[in-house]
Amino acid sequence: MSELTAAPGEVAVARALAAPPAPWRLLLRKPTFLIGAAVLLFWVICGIFGHLIAPFDPLVQQLIAKNTSPSGAHLFGTDPLGRDVLSRVIVGARDILLIAPLATLLGTACGTAIGLAMGYLGGVVDAVLGRIVEAVLALPVVIVAFLFIVAVGPSSLTLIIVVGFIFTPLIARTVRTAVLVESQLDYLSSARLLGERPAYIMFAEILPNVLPVIVVEFTVRLGYAIFAVATLSFLGFGVQQPTPDWGGDIAANYGLLGAGYWWETLFPALAIASLVMAVNLVTDSIEQVISS
Amino acid sequence: MTRYLLRRIGLAIVTLWLLSLIVFLAGQVLPGDPGRAVLGPFASQAAVRAYDHQLGVDRPLIVQYLGWIGGLLRGNMGTSYTFRSPVEPFVVAALGNSAKLAVLALVIIIPLGIAGGVFAALHVGRATDRVISLTGLAASTVPEFVSGIVLIIVFGIALKALPFQASTSAGASIPDQLDHLILPVIPLVLVLFGYIARMARAGTVEALDSDYARTATLKGLPRSVVIRRHVLRNSLLPTVTVIATQTGYLIGGLVVVEQLFRYQGIGGLILTAANGKDFPMLEAGILVVGTVYMVATLIADVLYTVLNPRLRVGVSA
Amino acid sequence: MTEDTSAGPTLAVEHLEITYRVRGQDRPVVRDVSFQVGRRESYGLVGESGSGKSTIALALTRYLARNGRVSGGSVRINGLDPLAMSTSALRDLRARTVSMVYQEPGRALNPSMKAGRQIAEVFEIAGLDRAAALDRAQDMLRRVQIADTGRVMNAYPHELSGGMAQRVVIAMALAAEPALLILDEPTTALDATVEAEILDLVAGLREQMATTVLFISHNLAVVAKMCDRVGVLYAGELVEEGPADQVFEASRHPYTVGLLRCIPRRGQRKDHGRLDAIPGFLPQPGAAISGCIFAERCSLAIAECREAPPPAFDVGPGHAARCYRHAEAAELPRSTPADVSLGTAATTLVEPIVTIKSLSKTFGSGRSALRALTSVDISIMRGETLGLVGESGSGKTTLARALLGLTEPDQGSVVEFDGQPLAAGVRGRPIDQLKDLQIVFQNPDSALNRRRSVRWLISQPLRRLAGLSGSRLTERLNDLIRSVRMEKRHLGLRPGQLSGGLKQRVAIARAFGGGPRLVVCDEPTSALDVSVQAAILNLLADLQAKEQVTYLFISHDLGVVRYLSDRIAVLYLGRLLELGPAEQVFGGPHHPYTEALLSAVPSLHGQRADRVKLVGEIPSAANPPSGCVFHTRCPRRLATGVCESVEPPLAEVEPGHFISCHIPIDRLRELQGNVALK
Repeated sequence: MSELTAAPGEVAVARALAAPPAPWRLLLRKPTFLIGAAVLLFWVICGIFGHLIAPFDPLVQQLIAKNTSPSGAHLFGTDPLGRDVLSRVIVGARDILLIAPLATLLGTACGTAIGLAMGYLGGVVDAVLGRIVEAVLALPVVIVAFLFIVAVGPSSLTLIIVVGFIFTPLIARTVRTAVLVESQLDYLSSARLLGERPAYIMFAEILPNVLPVIVVEFTVRLGYAIFAVATLSFLGFGVQQPTPDWGGDIAANYGLLGAGYWWETLFPALAIASLVMAVNLVTDSIEQVISS
Repeated sequence: MTRYLLRRIGLAIVTLWLLSLIVFLAGQVLPGDPGRAVLGPFASQAAVRAYDHQLGVDRPLIVQYLGWIGGLLRGNMGTSYTFRSPVEPFVVAALGNSAKLAVLALVIIIPLGIAGGVFAALHVGRATDRVISLTGLAASTVPEFVSGIVLIIVFGIALKALPFQASTSAGASIPDQLDHLILPVIPLVLVLFGYIARMARAGTVEALDSDYARTATLKGLPRSVVIRRHVLRNSLLPTVTVIATQTGYLIGGLVVVEQLFRYQGIGGLILTAANGKDFPMLEAGILVVGTVYMVATLIADVLYTVLNPRLRVGVSA
Repeated sequence: MTEDTSAGPTLAVEHLEITYRVRGQDRPVVRDVSFQVGRRESYGLVGESGSGKSTIALALTRYLARNGRVSGGSVRINGLDPLAMSTSALRDLRARTVSMVYQEPGRALNPSMKAGRQIAEVFEIAGLDRAAALDRAQDMLRRVQIADTGRVMNAYPHELSGGMAQRVVIAMALAAEPALLILDEPTTALDATVEAEILDLVAGLREQMATTVLFISHNLAVVAKMCDRVGVLYAGELVEEGPADQVFEASRHPYTVGLLRCIPRRGQRKDHGRLDAIPGFLPQPGAAISGCIFAERCSLAIAECREAPPPAFDVGPGHAARCYRHAEAAELPRSTPADVSLGTAATTLVEPIVTIKSLSKTFGSGRSALRALTSVDISIMRGETLGLVGESGSGKTTLARALLGLTEPDQGSVVEFDGQPLAAGVRGRPIDQLKDLQIVFQNPDSALNRRRSVRWLISQPLRRLAGLSGSRLTERLNDLIRSVRMEKRHLGLRPGQLSGGLKQRVAIARAFGGGPRLVVCDEPTSALDVSVQAAILNLLADLQAKEQVTYLFISHDLGVVRYLSDRIAVLYLGRLLELGPAEQVFGGPHHPYTEALLSAVPSLHGQRADRVKLVGEIPSAANPPSGCVFHTRCPRRLATGVCESVEPPLAEVEPGHFISCHIPIDRLRELQGNVALK
């Protein structure tokens, strides 16, 4: 070793590059993120503590106060059964905020596992899974959802499974593409030369590197999940009445628009719009930070 | 090229067949039997059984499936449980109505989405780009029934500017029909605008940053020529496929919009059939929608191959 | 086309400053750069990555990235200022006065437009109609010596090879007969023989068309070959400038001196002494430096150097150096002792450690089958370094991957290690065999998992292969870190926080962690800058002497291969064409392909008079030529027709020296005798 002690000039002088600022710091500098996060936080609070915040019990019917327009007593008015619209909007945040993230989580978990297997193992695995994914993607999403719900019957659990199922091939495809990019890199060969097993390479070596892609995909899908859950609720496949639910309440009351009772649908509609936009503002910011 | 086409068509047919199988099986696992669903809870068991026998749903599955497929191939889609008459007239009429709405939406959205995306890309990083991108994002993520409700309240009720029932009486003039379709088409356009604009923007930004765009600029070509000949030619290619895949979303949107605006389209037909457990109607509706979607993606794939010299050669080799 | 009447130089750059805005901060990347390129002159800008050479080129044509701007100084092209002119005047300047060719020809062409049309556009700008423009485009293709102009005119870029695409780009650049042609690393992405052809073409056309050339490259030898005058860039500053021979033979700036010492001289070998390396790193972009920008890394630096930036000292006719100690620059003290004994290479032991018999590898099947390797027989001797050379598509990487088990060879291939047959795939090999065979990959960015710390990366082989844990692992880890000349404080960092050289040291530590007996080095320095390359080569030589490992060293850089290797194997289209001791393979007589390869490499020291010219393109491995695979390009092909029909066997022409050629060795010696290659 003595003849090999570092010659003066050859000592690799350290050059730790200035570490880039943590991603969350960059996020906090983005106004779009802050606005989106604030709105999202508001709805999450409504979802959790809705019953405490709401001025009325969202289920209590006041038959003497049916279809009253917004006033001091009922800021958002009342519905055909005399229930307080404001209270139903506040409490209605809960189910969608439970169903959509769970569905997205399910789809992301399944999609990631399938995508990793397709991208890394390749060959027969990729071909067989690829055919299945293609077949599912070849059907219009809404049709898949229909078939599922018609066959199993509407419930929150069905909704989670349906939306998760629809997302799985989409996420699998994205993850597969990312994994294929990683597969070109030599660190996987390097791991194989250490005798590592495929499962280890997929989950311990590749997964951390495709995680940013998965995070972006998760947030993007979360937006769509809210879209899908609200839509399916509107079509009558989601949370069943009388539980307060934005999509369900709109479905129940939009027939009365012609009679001029606009508040019964407008406020839940605005609630949905604000929630999806908030999620997408957050998503967009995260995407920008990760890609920069 | 021909080999690719044949393979692609074969694949589409296989997928359709799979769809028919799924549709059929999904219909079978439905809770409750059709006789009970149609005749109601108070009908006698014997009447239900007789009705089931009349429909043929008490035969073995494989026999039912083959009978159904055989009928389809002869152009006979079956008899509606609810209306007790052939389903074809319903499906054809509904498809026609939906087509009006869908074509109108596409005619508006394709130029608008591409123009928006390209415009944003040409101003990348500037305020106009951010505004277009964020507007597109917001528009594409708000469900159709939400924007529809707002449109109805604002234009239909508050301003009384437009009708918010999409259907017109039979024999209505084309301007009158269009007038009724304006409000329903906007939610569809809003959702698709974001998708198409985003793809067009991403493709154009990439092409603008490419080495070949630099080559073209440094050749001394005017910027308009660089963009038209070198940038757009390469960037709009992927957008073609996106538009086709969007027909799938469009179909989903139709279901919602038709429901909201009380329009007799294919979406409404499927929804009603599903709720009424009218399998022949449901199966026919879904298969028709599946076929339309398959044909759209097929056309897009072929178009993409024809327009892309890289693939064209790769395929013929 | 621009026959201007002004008398000044074609290009004049005065005190040019360029700044990039990164995360809200201005970072100067080019500082106070001045140079002139006279009419019909060829001027070379050389520098390593981060020197700002490409940025300067883009600034000249006003095509800086959106966040870049010229923050000071001026540029004049034919007396005109591209930075200040109107958009239409700029377009006119680009159309008629300046053209540019850059590194990746495949990406410089529009993928959805035929090549001919892309050239024709230049003539259309000048006012020709489409038919006439296409005619002229075909003329241009002839001028860049494309034989099959009809095919190339109608080809889309992806149907062209790299060399062909670069010819098209050059044709396009010269179509308007520009006054100034900027070439930015035009041959870096190309193979050696193709590079040589392109360089000859450019030199010839420059002569014919009386074009002024600005040639940008990291490759000193290429610049020496192509340019009359040279400017050396370091960290955005021009540190030395002068006539090419003066700058390279009598350098007067310590950076230039150091850079030249990093390159193995012709014939230099590891047992004759080590390369010198430049210590330290490029300053961070935007770092505030008060004195000489190179002072940090300069062993001649004195107090003065750190106080004020040195002016350009006149050190000879037209020769200037920004160094206070330019007089002593040539005697720059070595930063690496030359006399470290490396121990004798174990070439006396002639027992093979690896025996490869009829190794073949076919990718795909049917008509699209690609034969990457065709029955290669080769042995690697214990303790030696076997150099593997060849151009792209030669199969050298496939051979290495098959040896390691990363690519499973075709049935019938035999790979033995220490007399034991190895399983085809890495998964079939026990830990002991995995331990024996490791690799240093070309690109450390790709070879290191960017999400892991240096500690994890180096510990992993110790755990997996050496079975270490706890304090013994830590001990060995510290040992390894020391032997690759890194420090403990690097352990917590991730690859992204390390420089290229440090990353490659981590990769080397990983390869040596399990105590391997054979290490494949797959182009271990080609992703690195010259100044870093030397240190890595020294490290590899040291480790070999210390650990007694055998190397299979793959490189396209013949100088590097010659410096490290005991024996050389030459591959072409998946066939072994020549194998023998390094001195004999380089000294000749050699296979005509080896001869061409050697003569294709530009030298820093004068021109070789008669380069062996190869005709045509490297054929596709999917459709290799009949008989001898090299016959389509061989300048010494026999008239008898035997080369086209019969594949020559690999015959031992001298003890230990094998050549696969129909031409008898004595005839080869005669033919090649007049070419001095030593």
